[in-house]
Amino acid sequence: MRCFTNSPGVQNAETNMKQFAIFVKKEFAHVLRDRKTLLILFGMPVMQILIFGFALTNEVKNSAIVVVDYAQDEASQRLISRIEASRYFEVNKAAIDHHQIEESFKQGNVKLALIFPQNFEADLMHQNKAQVQIITDATDPNTANTLTNYMTAIIQDYQADINQNASIAYRIIPETKMLYNPQLKSVHGFVPGVMALVLMLVCVMMTAVSIVREKEMGTMEILLVSPFKPLLVILSKAVPYLILSLINVASILCLSVFVLDLPVNGSLILLFAESTLFIITCLTIGIFISVRTGSQQVAMLISLMGMMLPTILFSGFMFPIENMPKVLQLITNIVPAKWYYIIVKSIMIKGLGFSAIWKETVILLGMTLFLLIISLKTFKIRLA
Amino acid sequence: MQDVVIKTDKLTKRFGDFVATNAITFGVYKGEIFGFLGANGAGKTTAMRMLCGLSKPSSGDATIAGFNVYRETEEIKKNIGYMSQKFSLYEDLTVLENIRFFGGIYGLTDQQIKTKSEELIERLGLESEAKKLVGSLPLGWKQKLSFSVAVLHEPRIVFLDEPTGGVDPVTRRQFWDLIYAAAERGVTVFVTTHYMDEAEYCNRISIMVDGKIEALDSPTQLKRNFNASSMDEVFYQLARGAKRGD
Repeated sequence: MRCFTNSPGVQNAETNMKQFAIFVKKEFAHVLRDRKTLLILFGMPVMQILIFGFALTNEVKNSAIVVVDYAQDEASQRLISRIEASRYFEVNKAAIDHHQIEESFKQGNVKLALIFPQNFEADLMHQNKAQVQIITDATDPNTANTLTNYMTAIIQDYQADINQNASIAYRIIPETKMLYNPQLKSVHGFVPGVMALVLMLVCVMMTAVSIVREKEMGTMEILLVSPFKPLLVILSKAVPYLILSLINVASILCLSVFVLDLPVNGSLILLFAESTLFIITCLTIGIFISVRTGSQQVAMLISLMGMMLPTILFSGFMFPIENMPKVLQLITNIVPAKWYYIIVKSIMIKGLGFSAIWKETVILLGMTLFLLIISLKTFKIRLA
Repeated sequence: MQDVVIKTDKLTKRFGDFVATNAITFGVYKGEIFGFLGANGAGKTTAMRMLCGLSKPSSGDATIAGFNVYRETEEIKKNIGYMSQKFSLYEDLTVLENIRFFGGIYGLTDQQIKTKSEELIERLGLESEAKKLVGSLPLGWKQKLSFSVAVLHEPRIVFLDEPTGGVDPVTRRQFWDLIYAAAERGVTVFVTTHYMDEAEYCNRISIMVDGKIEALDSPTQLKRNFNASSMDEVFYQLARGAKRGD
């Protein structure tokens, strides 16, 4: 005798939810039990932030600088000896002309040049103000910035000293010139870049590998024979990585705020919302890869080559997009990380709101939907 | 008249020009241990995938536990258990966690899972291993555990795809004790195998050659029909005519 046990929809939804919860719990067990995965998951972002961060912001000591002293007077000499006394600079007093400064920058053995005009002391005494020029090699913008700050501090210190027993304030005005990179681009750029990179790597690779692993192990077949819905299999794979990735975003932000002193200028909620969107984009790419590949190695290779490289090359994080040939500029448009990178930069650094980034958000959203639809279609075909 | 739980009628699967399973028609009775034999590439796995609702037939018809393979795959899935030739429990979960997970996705209640896992662990004598990772168990135990998990939700039919591959004869014998126990509880067992001694354990067997069922009867009757002394001989007589192979 046939009996149809068509349970009511509510009860169905309830069992589905329960099964879903059981599945998600199992996925967490997989991740939390695998030391290697955990290390990649949480170690990598910390490593990257620290490597990038400290390569750029570590205190700069004993930098070789050159002083071009056209004045050769008492005031300039006193200032120079102060600079020599500081632990930040190694002064090279070799009498070179200011035309040769750029040459020494190019050779890379000098980081900063300080130039005194001819009548430095006279200007200071008679007009109560004098100028010095600070030129830095800004190819490494963070070092340039730091060195300029140190130099200005020393000059201000000296200025405060000579003002102590003076009736009228003397002022030394440093004129700063950042060579090669006047806007000091990329100083803060690396945090959004690392965020895009880490999320891309974690979400795409880990989701792809974890789904393909079930195929390889044969457990996927068991799951497909069970009443558990295939769509739910995929979703429950994605949930743990979504949560873990949000934790990653939080830890990267904490590192950048508390360790690197990079504040989040815009709305934190908006930043997390946009990150969630990007994470979902990445998860969908991971699902897409897993549906089309059969082994963990292939899935990993495709994730690395197909996702990591374009992210590094075309997101604008390492190489400015404006400098690329037109064709490559067009290609960058299909790299999701590019749009996320723009979004994070706008929120974190420029402090802009949603109205400034809605266009990028819509593009990301479109990409996600597109990938989701294709993956689900392929997944269904594979089942038949 | 016994209950028929698996019934196929000219069930066929084509992949392009290739006919993997060619119009097979047979029935399996409730509580029976049905051996599904055939050389590699004979079409066993394809047939089994159709019966499990994993793959849609190209033509023909089949009902599993009273449900149609085209329209009622969801109902079929609730009523069958499946164990594949690859070991397929999660090696990085413990014995108990695996039982809980598979019980859970088959919709058992927490109470049911609790009683059943206690029962199962006692029956297999795994008390001291219950909290160990499955990956650390010897293969024979894994297989037994895998089978027990496949019948945890008391399915009406359990499909076993070469379940004893790579296991020593003693463990294989123990494995078959589990199969007999399940059959006594009324579970129909549908099993594919390469081992002819295992074929002797079945109530009835079918032998597939090049996508068709060439023989179907009890082992004793088959030996008589083919005038053979062992199942090995029966199988060899049928399979040597095969065009397909690995």
